[in-house]
Amino acid sequence: MTDRSNADANRWRRLDDWDARPLRQDLFAAEDPESGFSAFGGKNDPKPSIEISNGSVTSMDGVPVDQFDMIDAFIAAHHIDVDVAPEAMAMPSDQLARMLVDMNVPRTSLTRLSKGMTPAKLTEVVAQLNAMELGFAYSKMRARQTPGNQAHVTNAKDDPVQMAADAAFAVALGFDEIETTMRVARNSWSNALACCIGSTVGRPGTLFQCSSEEAEELEIGMAGFTSYAETVSVYGTESAFIDGDDTPWSKTWLAAAYASRGVKMRCTSGAAAELLMGFHEAKSLLYLEARCLCIQRGMGSQGTQNGGIDGAPLASSIPGGVREMLAENLVAVWLDLECASGNDARHSESDMRVGAKIVPYLIGGSDLICSGFGSILKYDNSFNPSSFNGEELEEFLVLQRDFEADGGLTSVDDARGLALRRRAIDALSFVMADLDIATVTDAMKASVAVASGSEDTDSFEPRDVTVISETIRDRGITILDLIRSLHKGGFLEEAENLLYLVKLRLSGDYLQTSAIVRDGKVISAINDPNTYQGPGTGYRVSEARRKELAAIRNVLTREEVLRFESIMQPLEAKRIAYNDMGPAERGTDEREVVVGISPGFGIKMFKTLAGHPLSAVLGVLKRGIETGGGTMRVVRLMHTADTSFLGLSAARLSGSGIGIGLQSKGTSVIHQRDRLPHSNLELFSNSPITSLDHYEAFGFNAAKYAKGVLPNPVIVKSHGEALGARFHARVALIYAIETAMTESNASPIDVGIEFLEDLL
Amino acid sequence: MIGKPLDAADYPVAETRPETVKGARGRSLDDLTLDAVVNGDVTMEDMRITPEALLVQAQIAQSVDRTSLAENFERAAEMTSISQEDVIKIYELLRPGRAASGDELLTAAKYLEENYDAKRLASFLREAAEVYERRGLFQVRF
Repeated sequence: MTDRSNADANRWRRLDDWDARPLRQDLFAAEDPESGFSAFGGKNDPKPSIEISNGSVTSMDGVPVDQFDMIDAFIAAHHIDVDVAPEAMAMPSDQLARMLVDMNVPRTSLTRLSKGMTPAKLTEVVAQLNAMELGFAYSKMRARQTPGNQAHVTNAKDDPVQMAADAAFAVALGFDEIETTMRVARNSWSNALACCIGSTVGRPGTLFQCSSEEAEELEIGMAGFTSYAETVSVYGTESAFIDGDDTPWSKTWLAAAYASRGVKMRCTSGAAAELLMGFHEAKSLLYLEARCLCIQRGMGSQGTQNGGIDGAPLASSIPGGVREMLAENLVAVWLDLECASGNDARHSESDMRVGAKIVPYLIGGSDLICSGFGSILKYDNSFNPSSFNGEELEEFLVLQRDFEADGGLTSVDDARGLALRRRAIDALSFVMADLDIATVTDAMKASVAVASGSEDTDSFEPRDVTVISETIRDRGITILDLIRSLHKGGFLEEAENLLYLVKLRLSGDYLQTSAIVRDGKVISAINDPNTYQGPGTGYRVSEARRKELAAIRNVLTREEVLRFESIMQPLEAKRIAYNDMGPAERGTDEREVVVGISPGFGIKMFKTLAGHPLSAVLGVLKRGIETGGGTMRVVRLMHTADTSFLGLSAARLSGSGIGIGLQSKGTSVIHQRDRLPHSNLELFSNSPITSLDHYEAFGFNAAKYAKGVLPNPVIVKSHGEALGARFHARVALIYAIETAMTESNASPIDVGIEFLEDLL
Repeated sequence: MIGKPLDAADYPVAETRPETVKGARGRSLDDLTLDAVVNGDVTMEDMRITPEALLVQAQIAQSVDRTSLAENFERAAEMTSISQEDVIKIYELLRPGRAASGDELLTAAKYLEENYDAKRLASFLREAAEVYERRGLFQVRF
């Protein structure tokens, strides 16, 4: 990195550092409203307007009825409530914007008004909110009070064995919905069966969908394998809609078809889809999305998956694109739709951009925070990598813990996670054998159970899966066959869970807005409506839930610190003896360097944070001091554990006036008796990266100071490690143990050091 | 559907009035046990939602001012009896450029009325025919 050959180049090398960061792989596009590259305020965005005559819309957003395209016509006929429109359209947009962020204005007064508002009006209102206001309004306006989340469960081989195991793990994490899709379209029936079985392990009620071709998806739903669908795509321009091979009427037909089969359904739309398809009409992302959402409400869809979705990366390349996605989510919930709020297709190579984008949704809650959190590894995600994937799962769990915000997920104990995976694999294997679909060998089972992703498995290949899938389809296997087979195999709980899921269809309760299943009960915007009206209202994390959010993997406790140290004690006892020699006096030897050790040094604490045994640290210090021409005397200071005072007290006892303060955790200082406490000669503050060589050089320098020579200070080079994050929890626990041992009036004690084995 | 329409207080229906929830063959939630499935007494027909259940959900949606969602449930109620094949066939017909003229949609509308008494769906197809005609959506696409 330190190539100095082009020191005369006319370019600051920091730019190379920036170029090397993942961020620079993201493409950023200039704002260009004529070419459709505008988040808000497109070149051809219309001004809001409406004219109504004899109970029907005669003009909308500046377009007279005889010039309506099919989208205008659909919105005018099915979305606009002509009784509310005159009132809503007459209200000033800034007043409506303020109402959205006013906690005293109930959600329902705003949803009522939205039904009389045109796409241009909705756009004009939400565009007035800044990012924080959008996030707040979203939190207030979302339909269901309890937040939820959705996972992708897919793999690169379409391997049903892994699919079942991963589905079970996703269910254990708490996902309310899981969604699969295939690498090879023909594998859909296999994916559906495998995820369906996996999702029954552990608890009932996780909704499941298999994203595939419309007619086939409906067929799979009819066979009972899936319980919801969300691939009913809607577009904001007529040309894009037609290019997508549909119309608002064909999609409305599909919406009714799903409901008629007792299957939950939501639409999909999102910023920049029209731009990607080349039919943007020079209109802004937000305006086009507002049109999509008005169509969806008009269709009678209970909800939407929006917030960029597949267009998220393109939307994010435009100035304000991420803010726009928040704005379009707000329009969705304002229109009283369930919102699966995107945060799926990864919009950036920068983890920091991804982390920042999720925050408003995590802290404000959402019906489904991610409409595809990749519960599997990135390369196994057949939808493309999500914002969060198997790799980043623990980051999400920690963010929940940090903000005490409920993102819908709960940590799964390692052993339980593996047990659930095995149970799902066994259940699937039994059913496949019992129904004479395929044979899963013990070796396949074993490799999948412990595999992090499909690259580690020795299981079915896509070609095998095609045969499996076609067998399932051609034999007309239904969910009832699965239930019977699970029962036969002794998987009674799974059989009951699957039966519970398919019986949900009969009442249709889960067809209502924002419905999910929690603890065996359907909750939705009807029996769990968002009633936020300020602090103390709306969704609050209960004490029990707070504890769940806090319980992540590998949490340090005081007991654990002490346990670790107690393991070290016998090892150190073999290497060094600390013999108390009575009260320490001021020395007279002018070559002497006094090392002041902390109260617990070698008594309760035995290793530095860098992992060096304290015996070794003392050994190299001694060698360094002696090489520098000095002698070492060790005193234990009982009145303080603070590094500076350890050093200063040691210096005051030293015949040369030079002392070293040394804490158990390895922090150390060279002091001189006439200096102010915090004005030391040298300091090793980053003990986790301080090596034995550093300590030896430190001893050497101390001896030089004792002789009145000015040596080159020892610098411990850091590479930018977040040492506080890595060590401070341990530091605070160790330090508290040592400070508890101090006695304010206790005198220093001379310690005779006896090295029991040859350390050097 | 006699008496006062249901509203949010009656939701979830499977919890507040489970005895009213039945599958397409008239069997109740309590009848649809694991034993019954294992004994082969249950068919997929028993797991099909009924038009009555969808109309109840429409009432509930209407009670919380979700008119368009209620209308979807009402269309769905009509669709419950329509065969899978016909559902897909008409969906296909509604896609751009599939029907050569409005007549095909109007014929389908008549078919739905005559065979399934599906008035809402029929009028929905007629509405589509009108817009498609005006927007040139009957043009065959290649």
